[in-house]
Amino acid sequence: MLEINSIERGIVIDHIKAGYGMTVFKYLHLDNAEYNVALIMNAFSLKMGKKDIIKINEVIDINYDFLGLIDPNATVNIIENGKTVKKVKLEVPETVTNIIHCKNPRCVTSVEHYFDHVFHLVDKEKRSYRCEYCDDIVIPYPNK
Amino acid sequence: MLKNRCLIDPADFTREEFREIFDLAHQIIADPEKYSKSCEGKILATLFYEPSTRTRFSFEAAMLRLGGKVIGFSEPNSSSTAKGESIADTLRTIECYADIAAMRHPKEGAPRMASHYIQMPLINAGDGGHQHPTQTLTDILTIERLRGGVENKTYGFCGDLKFGRTVHSLVKFLSNYEGVKFIFISPEELRVPEYIREEVVKKKGIPFQEVDQMEPYMGQLDFLYMTRVQRERFFNEEDYIRLKDRFILDTEKMTYARPDTYILHPLPRVNEISPEVDSDPRAQYFNQARNGMYVRMALICKLLGIY
Repeated sequence: MLEINSIERGIVIDHIKAGYGMTVFKYLHLDNAEYNVALIMNAFSLKMGKKDIIKINEVIDINYDFLGLIDPNATVNIIENGKTVKKVKLEVPETVTNIIHCKNPRCVTSVEHYFDHVFHLVDKEKRSYRCEYCDDIVIPYPNK
Repeated sequence: MLKNRCLIDPADFTREEFREIFDLAHQIIADPEKYSKSCEGKILATLFYEPSTRTRFSFEAAMLRLGGKVIGFSEPNSSSTAKGESIADTLRTIECYADIAAMRHPKEGAPRMASHYIQMPLINAGDGGHQHPTQTLTDILTIERLRGGVENKTYGFCGDLKFGRTVHSLVKFLSNYEGVKFIFISPEELRVPEYIREEVVKKKGIPFQEVDQMEPYMGQLDFLYMTRVQRERFFNEEDYIRLKDRFILDTEKMTYARPDTYILHPLPRVNEISPEVDSDPRAQYFNQARNGMYVRMALICKLLGIY
């Protein structure tokens, strides 16, 4: 059994859909972190079968829109003095800005690069989004 | 209130706001002379980053017939774009000179993006294979003048429905009206984009069919909207050649249509409608072009806050 020590002060992102832990890890730039971090992949879960977990031994700014986009069922626990002091409930964001980029080669975003990349939610279940500019529909993080 | 608003997508205006524009267009057609000085002292900028004949001329003729003046460019090589200027900077500069602008761009969403950087009214005159809302105004005005209104009718769309921006805008607009039905006639590769099928047609519960034959469905249609397969939208020339002659409307196919089925086309036509169909009174595409100028006159007036 792999053992990761509990943290005194920091953040635990739990119940991440298995396979997306690395995506979250990289998005939060944890691969360059100077504090202790742990990425646990394919951990056993009664509810999910497998899940990914990230433990961060520091309180950092987290883009909850991004986490909601990847997996709204993930849980974010803020830890102080070894105890959970806050649980953040994630939601599928209605609009996401500069998190995903449009892949339509005909979209204006493919040639002009100085403005925000904005996507609007189309279908909450599928987590599909529509590009603000060209209306192209994408499912950035499909259910695996 | 339409003053200082932008028209980028048909969804930008409400039914009531479109009604104001159509009512004014009908009044202008009835007495064009009355409106010949409405825009005196105003300047329209036509910013065409992609070649166009009728849309640019239509906008320019509309402004000139309202007594206004026109500045602009008809291809990007004759503008600062050739020096690498961004769309946003071009628009911010033009805003210093003009009161209103019409913009065509090959990239989808370019007018929407540009509208975030300026205060003056901006009209999307076509963005890639995406939207062309003033063609929709043209189409709707023509439908109203032919059949009184757009409700309770079956519309056939034929040709390139994937990249045909006029189709996307018109479907989006018509989807707000009661009793409309759509029959989409195209090769499988050129069917309407997912966002139109899922987000517009299905979401609004509009009955529709996607078919790849024209003749069996002609008798059901009130309007048949023909479109050209556009060479400039294909990355692959072979695909264009394979698909371009798939649907050609000729006098033989017209025999399947009802006496009150009208044929519309945004023009330019290549070969998808045989010239012999032009003399059929049901062929209304050149009347559409005339209506386009009148409805653009109405739109310019409304966005400038005149009337």
